[in-house]
Amino acid sequence: MRGYRLGKKQKRSIIDIALSVAFFAAVASLDGFGILLNKWFWRLGAYLVPYLVVGWRVIFRAARNIVNGQIFDENFLMCIATVGALVIGEYPEAVFVMLFYRVGELFEQIAVGKSRRSVAALMEIRPDTATVLREGEWVSMSPDKVAVGEIIFVKAGEKIPLDGEIIEGASLLNTVALTGEALPREVAVGDKVTSGCVNMSGLLKIRVSCEFGESTVSKILQLVESATDSKSKSENFITKFAKYYTPAVVICAAVLAILPPLILAPASSDVWREWVYRAMSFLVISCPCALVISVPMTFFGGIGRASADGILIKGSEYIETLADCSTVVFDKTGTLTEGRFVLDGVYTENGFSEKEILQFAASVENGSTHPVARAVCSAFDGELIPVSRSEELAGLGIRAVCDGKTVCVGNARLMADIGVSGVAETARASAAYVAVDGVFGGRIEVSDVIKPDAAKGILNLKKAGVRHTVMLTGDRWEAAESVAASLGIDELSAELLPDGKMLALEGLMVGRSANDKLAFVGDGINDAPALARADVGIAMGGIGSDAAIEAADVVIMDDKVTKISRAVELSRRTIRIVRENIAAVLFVKAAALVLGAFGITGMWFAIFADVGISVLAILNSLKIFKM
Amino acid sequence: MATVRRIFEMDGVDCAHCAAKMEDSIRALDGVTYVNISFMAQRMTLEAEESKFDSILKKAVKLCRKVDPDCSVILK
Repeated sequence: MRGYRLGKKQKRSIIDIALSVAFFAAVASLDGFGILLNKWFWRLGAYLVPYLVVGWRVIFRAARNIVNGQIFDENFLMCIATVGALVIGEYPEAVFVMLFYRVGELFEQIAVGKSRRSVAALMEIRPDTATVLREGEWVSMSPDKVAVGEIIFVKAGEKIPLDGEIIEGASLLNTVALTGEALPREVAVGDKVTSGCVNMSGLLKIRVSCEFGESTVSKILQLVESATDSKSKSENFITKFAKYYTPAVVICAAVLAILPPLILAPASSDVWREWVYRAMSFLVISCPCALVISVPMTFFGGIGRASADGILIKGSEYIETLADCSTVVFDKTGTLTEGRFVLDGVYTENGFSEKEILQFAASVENGSTHPVARAVCSAFDGELIPVSRSEELAGLGIRAVCDGKTVCVGNARLMADIGVSGVAETARASAAYVAVDGVFGGRIEVSDVIKPDAAKGILNLKKAGVRHTVMLTGDRWEAAESVAASLGIDELSAELLPDGKMLALEGLMVGRSANDKLAFVGDGINDAPALARADVGIAMGGIGSDAAIEAADVVIMDDKVTKISRAVELSRRTIRIVRENIAAVLFVKAAALVLGAFGITGMWFAIFADVGISVLAILNSLKIFKM
Repeated sequence: MATVRRIFEMDGVDCAHCAAKMEDSIRALDGVTYVNISFMAQRMTLEAEESKFDSILKKAVKLCRKVDPDCSVILK
């Protein structure tokens, strides 16, 4: 429990426990040697000292809660159990029950506090101040007071408080708190930066682009903080269980204390003592603490752990869905690929050279924002030819006059439209076709770059237990097949129109069993309906994209494919810990109840089934932070 | 019927069972459309009719105290 500061409550508990242990040791050793304590009232009086030292707060709370109408309150049940033990002469047991109850409670509070702090530390991205230029002077103020368009100043080592654009300076940014990515990012004038990143080296002047409430940091924090608001099935199960479990055990205890002695030997005080003792051990087991603390804690830890890796999970229920995920459907562009084209090759005809074709295409397409055009332009590093009378033919390409020749650059349809013959088409890749003065010059093939970690990401998904991977794309079959094959994707649907993706997804959704969940991974911009339709929608590259944060259930902050398998893996481990805890707690409690009812085990095992198992379950939950 | 949803920080919610008990009793109040108490995050999300919100909030704070007198709702 390093690094945890104890609260007032915990300090008081420690004092109570320590004093009680000291008194108990003294009393028990006197008792053990038979000194002074040969009369029952002396023994009772002596043991009452450590009992009350550690138990008075419990008794006080029990009384107060009864006044407030809380009948099956755990404090009250502990009081009944220990008073019962005192009445039948089991003095040391009574002290032990109280002592361990307090120790368990203290441990729970410390563990819960620690895990809250761990999650808070994982999410330490909230900036405290912003240095802003006001009337020629730099003033430090809370980031929520800075307006859009103001200039802020960020020194090395400081967090960028607000989203904006760099207007002066260059630096390396540490984005680890946002994305889990350790490699720093280089930024310079003109780059957009997101709040929450840490400026590592130079001085930066940034023009603020949105208010603090709308900034990346605020959105992420809000998302993570509200993640535990939606409760998972397991959490609902344990709160429902707790509601019935305690009253049921208490009723059993009452029956156990009264019925058997009445039937067996109503006159024998030994028989009564024995059955009351068994009933008291029931009361000790009746607290559901072990479950109602450890299960929510595990989910909370799982969400916190994932956010430290740049995986934002919007609620505990999605941890359950991710853990049951057997099919993962990917949108290709921007998810498995960078969404950025690079030159693959140049194919020429009619005596044109590769360089000529590239030069014509780059000159004509210079300045165009079309992804294929940008790939062509960035692949050509020679001198551009000045162009005139440039016109954009929507959905087809560009026509311009270049070096006195009319040059058309665009898709195959453009070639057909302007009546160019002998066009060598390719179905294998995306391409720009070039015609010079109505003669087919050649084509420039480009392809979308597959993300470097995509193949590993798919492989890891398989290892994590996802049986089926699917890729959906609007690309041509040939191009899509080569991508799917190189990544090890099982199923492919290509040449899909925008609404075809939804139909393909619907087709995959039907006929699955309840435990086979389907995840859809998209870039969140065009995929909102699919993200919403799938059992769990995962948006990639979520930083700064409102659409992604809105539509998805899980947001991957950077655009790494390996994060998807990480999310599945973390969810599986979270669920495994939850199941281990539920199974172990139910088993031990059931065993203690049955064995206790037959008198095979006594108060000691009951204490273990209450405090011991609770401590073990919580320790098991804390494992989630070490993954 | 206009409703408002507000989030409050809480202190001293000891377990999910107590949180559930608090939720149940607050949900029974007239005018409450949604309530959620997260034990780990120590947060209460309360949605209720706008006109009655303040009085509902006061009652909700009292109900929480009734379940666990050591717990409090931090009113901003």
